[in-house]
Amino acid sequence: MSTSTGRKFIGLVVINSERCKGCEICVSFCPTGAIVMSRDFNSKGYHYPEFKHPEKCTGCGLCGLYCPDFAIYGYREKVE
Amino acid sequence: MSVTTYRENPVEQFLRTDRMPHIWCPGCGIGTSVNCFARAVLECGIPLDKLAIVSGIGCTGRVAGYLRLDSFHTTHGRAIPFATGLKLANPELSVVVYSGDGDLAAIGGNHLIHAARRNMDIKVICVNNFNYGMTGGQVAPTTHFGRLATTTPYGSPEIPFNLPHLVASCGAVFVARWTTYHVVQLQRSMVKALKKKGFAFIEVLAPCPTLYMRRNRLGSSVDMMKLFKEKSVVKHGIDTKEVAITNYEDPIIVGEFVDTERPTWLDNYNEIMKKRLGDKYVPWGVNNG
Ligand code: SF4
Ligand code: SF4
Ligand code: SF4
Repeated sequence: MSTSTGRKFIGLVVINSERCKGCEICVSFCPTGAIVMSRDFNSKGYHYPEFKHPEKCTGCGLCGLYCPDFAIYGYREKVE
Repeated sequence: MSVTTYRENPVEQFLRTDRMPHIWCPGCGIGTSVNCFARAVLECGIPLDKLAIVSGIGCTGRVAGYLRLDSFHTTHGRAIPFATGLKLANPELSVVVYSGDGDLAAIGGNHLIHAARRNMDIKVICVNNFNYGMTGGQVAPTTHFGRLATTTPYGSPEIPFNLPHLVASCGAVFVARWTTYHVVQLQRSMVKALKKKGFAFIEVLAPCPTLYMRRNRLGSSVDMMKLFKEKSVVKHGIDTKEVAITNYEDPIIVGEFVDTERPTWLDNYNEIMKKRLGDKYVPWGVNNG
């Protein structure tokens, strides 16, 4: 993964799609629009979020704080 | 740069992951409050063997079952008396009661007011979703005026409790209210409550999309989170008389309303016994009580 914005860090998101229940809270309250709901669904039939625009993500971690199902976690990693 | 190892969500270590996915409905606010709680525990660095979680019955009552901590799932409404016993038997423990509005304010209402009056050193987190969730959406003492519930099919004729005012007037030393939209602030208040000596109470307003919101045609949980965002006004230290939420449309006043000091029940007990028995009395739990 590379960064073209010259930032000293990148935002990363880990998604556990099988735990997701598709409530859309994470995508609705992500301040940057880095995640969007996927067209695919998990084995229970829920649409889950997808890390569509990694370059936009600031790693603020809000998605992980909001997710009621512990299915997503956003964080910040220094760029070496 | 290549990323080979992904970091794990720090909340994960507090969860009984073998029980995931949990039973809460899609978009239910309870899980969000658990995120904040787990991070608050992490932040204030309480040793985990000195922390106990007590829940009653209800959707929020399941929290005890999902946290990988010493947790107790008690009978309906009796989380606070159980926690009181736990605290007094082992004053070194930090005891947190994590339950819902129906469990704490209706069935356990008496216990709530008396624990606050005694300034029992326990922390109460009350997830308020405006109705009884698990039992099928009955009216609760927190249901908005005129709104529908299974037991009030034409609208609730009751004025709901102003929970922060109730516990503050009984003598709670720390009282705060946030919504599941205010995750950062909620986490901060939880840290304060965990460090506070005495009866601390945090009300967390949360969406119950399956029962309350659907029956009242209030949209999805995202809609309620947006409402929380729009209607919330932060007023730290405001008189709790002013913070009632009677109607769904009312402004939602959030913040830390009370933060004071007074002796806990155990402080007073030790003092009285000392006066009576003098040196014969060995104070109980003096370092933590
Ligand atoms: S970490 Fe922040 S910016 Fe990145 S996806 Fe999550 S909410 Fe959006
Ligand atoms: S907040 Fe969690 S459960 Fe809801 S859509 Fe996002 S990842 Fe899925
Ligand atoms: S019934 Fe309501 S409170 Fe209970 S899990 Fe479902 S959404 Fe949450």
